[in-house]
Amino acid sequence: MKSRLRAGDLVLGALLGLRARKLRTALSGLGIAIGIAAAVAVLGISASSKANLLAQLGAEGNLVTVTAGQSFDGSPAPLPLTAEPMIARIPPVESVTAIGYVPGATVRRTAAIPAIDSGGISVYAAQPGLIATLGGGVAEGTFLNAATARYPAVVLGAVAAQTLGIDQVGPATQVYLAGQYFTVIGILRPVPLAQSLDEAALVGFPVADQLLGLGGHPTQIYLRAVPDQVQPVVSVLPFTANPAQPEAVQVSLPSSILAARAAARTAYAGLFLGLGAVAVLVGGVGIANIMVISVLERRAEIGLRRALGATRRQVGLQFLTESVLLSALGGVAGVLAGAAATAGYAAASHQPTVVPAASVTVGLGIALGTGALAGVYPAVRAAQLAPAEALRAS
Amino acid sequence: MNPVLEVDGVSKSYPGSPPVTALAAVDLTIHQAERTAVLGPSGSGKTTLLHVAGTLERPSSGRVRLGGQEVSGLSDAELSAVRGRRLGFVFQQFYLLDHLDAVQNVALGLLYRGEQARDRRSAAVEALDRVGLGHRLGHRPAQLSGGERQRVAIARAVAGHPDVVLADEPTGNLDSVAGQQIIDLLAGLAADGVAIVVVTHDPAVAAAMDRHVVMQDGRIVSDDGVVPRASLKAAASTGQSLSPRTHPRDDEGATRARRRRRPDQQGGASRRPGGEREAMP
Repeated sequence: MKSRLRAGDLVLGALLGLRARKLRTALSGLGIAIGIAAAVAVLGISASSKANLLAQLGAEGNLVTVTAGQSFDGSPAPLPLTAEPMIARIPPVESVTAIGYVPGATVRRTAAIPAIDSGGISVYAAQPGLIATLGGGVAEGTFLNAATARYPAVVLGAVAAQTLGIDQVGPATQVYLAGQYFTVIGILRPVPLAQSLDEAALVGFPVADQLLGLGGHPTQIYLRAVPDQVQPVVSVLPFTANPAQPEAVQVSLPSSILAARAAARTAYAGLFLGLGAVAVLVGGVGIANIMVISVLERRAEIGLRRALGATRRQVGLQFLTESVLLSALGGVAGVLAGAAATAGYAAASHQPTVVPAASVTVGLGIALGTGALAGVYPAVRAAQLAPAEALRAS
Repeated sequence: MNPVLEVDGVSKSYPGSPPVTALAAVDLTIHQAERTAVLGPSGSGKTTLLHVAGTLERPSSGRVRLGGQEVSGLSDAELSAVRGRRLGFVFQQFYLLDHLDAVQNVALGLLYRGEQARDRRSAAVEALDRVGLGHRLGHRPAQLSGGERQRVAIARAVAGHPDVVLADEPTGNLDSVAGQQIIDLLAGLAADGVAIVVVTHDPAVAAAMDRHVVMQDGRIVSDDGVVPRASLKAAASTGQSLSPRTHPRDDEGATRARRRRRPDQQGGASRRPGGEREAMP
């Protein structure tokens, strides 16, 4: 013959016990809630930022750039004419576009402005497919097409347009580019994956060949590969781009550079996680404290339960369960608050809301563990209370 | 009749300087359906006897048997199970849990048997019906009168059909009308074969019991054994073996008796002899 207490009855009894002391339950669960909320919010916000970044990168970050390195004066060295068509033939390459640096070309508003005030704007020849490959688009006007690529037309990068003081595009908007006037037909939006283009003026390859003496050689090639084939493509790119001098070819993934930069920006997350941990610790001490007081206050109940057949273990378990439940309720409240904070932040900064499942699981796990630790001592105290003494004390 | 509870040479002392002896070699055998009042002045060891007999406290020496089973060798878990199945407790302060309604409080008496919640509930409803509270099932203790609360506590004690109900001053916090209802209830339990042991200062409670055990200084100084109920009433009215008069320390009972008589017009008559004796030491 043994005393038996069903697990469901144990949990239900603990819930009823907590419900009987609502304010106390709420206040003592608050510390845990704050700590878990801080942790979930920090992880959620950084995950949301990351998701947003990945969306900006074109979902998978499958953009690859190929350059021929730098010439001895530091300007980009040209790639072979065959580079772009050869790369386009690699099967997992989805799209490819080339730009060619025009050495020595400056861009000014008029010829009256001295050449030294070029504002650091570089001139590149670009293909009409640039926007399709890089993403982004034009803020004003249109991009180069097969027709405008043949004429002295130019598309300005976002920063270059600002530098030149051009914010609108009209038929009469012109800039003085490498000794002659080009008509501005468009202004690009910022291109996060190729920020050098923000400070560039883009002209068509044909016009660059005719008027600026480029010779058709690209200096940089952008391509997008099938997302899960990026590494194989990267490995064959140097030989494909420049079979004669593969070692001179540089291949990079702009998305990984951006991701690393974004990761560095979320370094403060560690600080908030630390603060969250302190809040959880303090919350745990608060729960232990309130449970010890509860044991003292409820001696009559403990004596009664012993008289009704509860074993020491069952009485101890009751208090342990209350402590764990109390902390778990705090944890659930914290997860909800943290998710709400993440959603609020994401909505305010136009980002997707991402609450990592791991942060929820770990948060709840920490809450449960804290409750269990906090409940051990009060539970032992309750279990050790002699029934007659408990009844007599009240 | 079968002995359901045997206390055999039990002593209990508490450490201190000098050690306090609460019970000194007490022998008491309670039989099935027997109704026993344990009387005596405050500090005479009545409550300690109840606790030791109820296995809430282990004796310093001596043996306690419940239903013929010696309990001193049992583990805490086994002892708790015996307590939960063979014994029912009724306390002066009722000890109902405020956040549970009447049915839940009564069902608590069956919680540690591992029965299904459904079965516990139906047994609780039945027990509440038996104590006349079938119309108060969903009421919380705060919504019940003192007498009703004690009736809930009695329902909790008997819901599991124990062998013995141990009651410690069950009428101590009640007025005389409510007290009389409790007395009738407790006295009526014997009809179901349940033995009752009541520790009390209340002469009316004592009068309703068949047997009277008087304690002093941790010893049983008088025990009128099993007597038919009719002759008991006579004994109670003449006050032969019940008189607390010999214990001048018993102010507590006297005060309570005085307090109770005042609001009480009808019910007081039956207990006046004992009450007056207490009031005039």
